[in-house]
Amino acid sequence: MSDAPILEFKNVSKTYNKITKALSDVSFSLEEGEFVSIIGPSGSGKSTILRCINRLVDATEGSIIFDGHDISRADKREIHQVRKKTGMIFQHYNLVNRLSVIENVLHGRLGHKSTLSGVVGLYTEKEKERAFEILEKLGLTEQAYKRCDELSGGQKQRVGIARSIMQEPRLILCDEPIASLDPSSSKVIMDHLSNINQTMNITCLINLHQVQVALKYSRRIIGITSGQIVYDGPPETLTQDIIYEIYQSKEGELITDVG
Amino acid sequence: MLDKLFKISPRAWRAWLSIQSRLNKGNSQPEKPQQKEKQTSIFTKRKRVFTLVFIVVATLYLVSSAAAEFNLIDGLESFPKAFIWITTYLVPDEKSLSNLPAILAKLSETVFVAIAVTVCAALCAFFFSLLGTTTTKTNPWLARMVRVVAAFFRNVPDVVWAMLLLFSFGQNVLTGFFALFFATFGLLTRTFIETIDEVSADCVEALNATGATTLQIVFQGIIPSVLSVIISWILYMIETNIRASTLIGILTATGIGYQFDMYYKMMNYASASLVVIAIVVVVIAIEITSTRIRKVIM
Ligand SMILES: Nc1ncnc2c1ncn2[C@@H]1O[C@H](COP(=O)(O)OP(=O)(O)OP(=O)(O)O)[C@@H](O)[C@H]1O
Ligand SMILES: [Mg+2]
Repeated sequence: MSDAPILEFKNVSKTYNKITKALSDVSFSLEEGEFVSIIGPSGSGKSTILRCINRLVDATEGSIIFDGHDISRADKREIHQVRKKTGMIFQHYNLVNRLSVIENVLHGRLGHKSTLSGVVGLYTEKEKERAFEILEKLGLTEQAYKRCDELSGGQKQRVGIARSIMQEPRLILCDEPIASLDPSSSKVIMDHLSNINQTMNITCLINLHQVQVALKYSRRIIGITSGQIVYDGPPETLTQDIIYEIYQSKEGELITDVG
Repeated sequence: MLDKLFKISPRAWRAWLSIQSRLNKGNSQPEKPQQKEKQTSIFTKRKRVFTLVFIVVATLYLVSSAAAEFNLIDGLESFPKAFIWITTYLVPDEKSLSNLPAILAKLSETVFVAIAVTVCAALCAFFFSLLGTTTTKTNPWLARMVRVVAAFFRNVPDVVWAMLLLFSFGQNVLTGFFALFFATFGLLTRTFIETIDEVSADCVEALNATGATTLQIVFQGIIPSVLSVIISWILYMIETNIRASTLIGILTATGIGYQFDMYYKMMNYASASLVVIAIVVVVIAIEITSTRIRKVIM
């Protein structure tokens, strides 16, 4: 079982509202424990790929195999199982801002609980201990009882990471996790993600706008243009020409060309 | 009649012409044609809209005041007279103070009905807004239905509701209750849907992604996010409904509105004025309280 890929896209296509073609014939697979970045211009379909995995959107064609199950045609119960096992991190953190940090972290357990105990927010001692452990690892111990709207962007994103670790996921999907952060908070976040990937063996699939960051952190990069994969390989063979092709631009047109 | 109205218009017309010429001057200055073309067209467009709005407003005023036989100048002239009348007749005297307990009883009845109506309507509205929001993705068809129903209830004013309900319930507290209930329910449902869509869409998405069930999302995500805004709206609606129920009371012969109507028709102006003062005091007190509460929860 451990040899089989944890995630496999087979000829997946997605068309929004029967008009907008977001993905066409996308195929790739992720091995357990990989750290993969997806790069591509705005509107190329990066977010759509991630959302097809946890079924926030439904693929129109093709099949997606997660952990041995075809989830592209999963029913409600199977979707619940998939979501339980995949964490998601958002550009805008998507926390419940009026609740405390610790409550937001514990939200990661909701999928594992009965509806009623989730509704009233009844968590076990073990879950609470684990939540504090994770907060400590992410350097948020002092913030545990603060309301989330009192935190900085970098801290909020760490809460987002804590919430997804709390799920004990097999896979974490990150949709532009550092797009709203300054360079130093960005580094903190990327280091944490990289660390989680290595120490907990959680597979990470990350959408990035910063090519340099993708080159530095990931061992594999997927380049996508207008819904099609144009590059899939290690950072070493991602040449400047391929980068221009991914972003469909000429020399001197990219911000990375400056300096 | 009409010529009196037109008396003011030459002056207005001259002012209008000067605004026009100033705007024209601004535009006719030589510019680099290509770059400024877009800007100029925006300015001309704005000028045109301005002119149109002015003409429409002026026409509306002239036509409607002629139709209603209303004259602004006469209206303004009657102000001092009205003021003198109020200060001479609408003053509570010693005899009217004996009516105070009855007035306060009626007033508290009106206030409590307004509060009860608002709370009931808010609870129903919150439930329906959960069905009407698109963030939880319950059922798009049901969501549209809820929005349509809410729009219907909202667009019929509470006084019209009261008139309609007079036929089925007669002059009764229930008539006023349901009239306010329907109007409040419609308004709050729409407001709550908008609040939920706006404030909690992001966290609903995130909780959805963790595998939380809809009920869990409602209690752990939506309610904490929107609670303070919703309470603030409920307080506002209580204030509004106290005012509205006073007026509706005249129609349905209940509460403080009817009390006022009675004193007024019996020409017991002193007691009527006591009613007015009592209402003003209560409305201000409630406004102050709700402002305090709002400050605490925000
Ligand atoms: N909910 C939706 N309804 C309709 N069209 C959508 C929806 N979501 C995305 N699209 C369209 O699908 C295409 C791919 O969008 P997607 O969000 O996946 O791009 P992206 O690569 O994540 O872009 P960005 O880098 O700006 O986040 C775009 O053309 C977009 O307009
Ligand atoms: Mg995106």
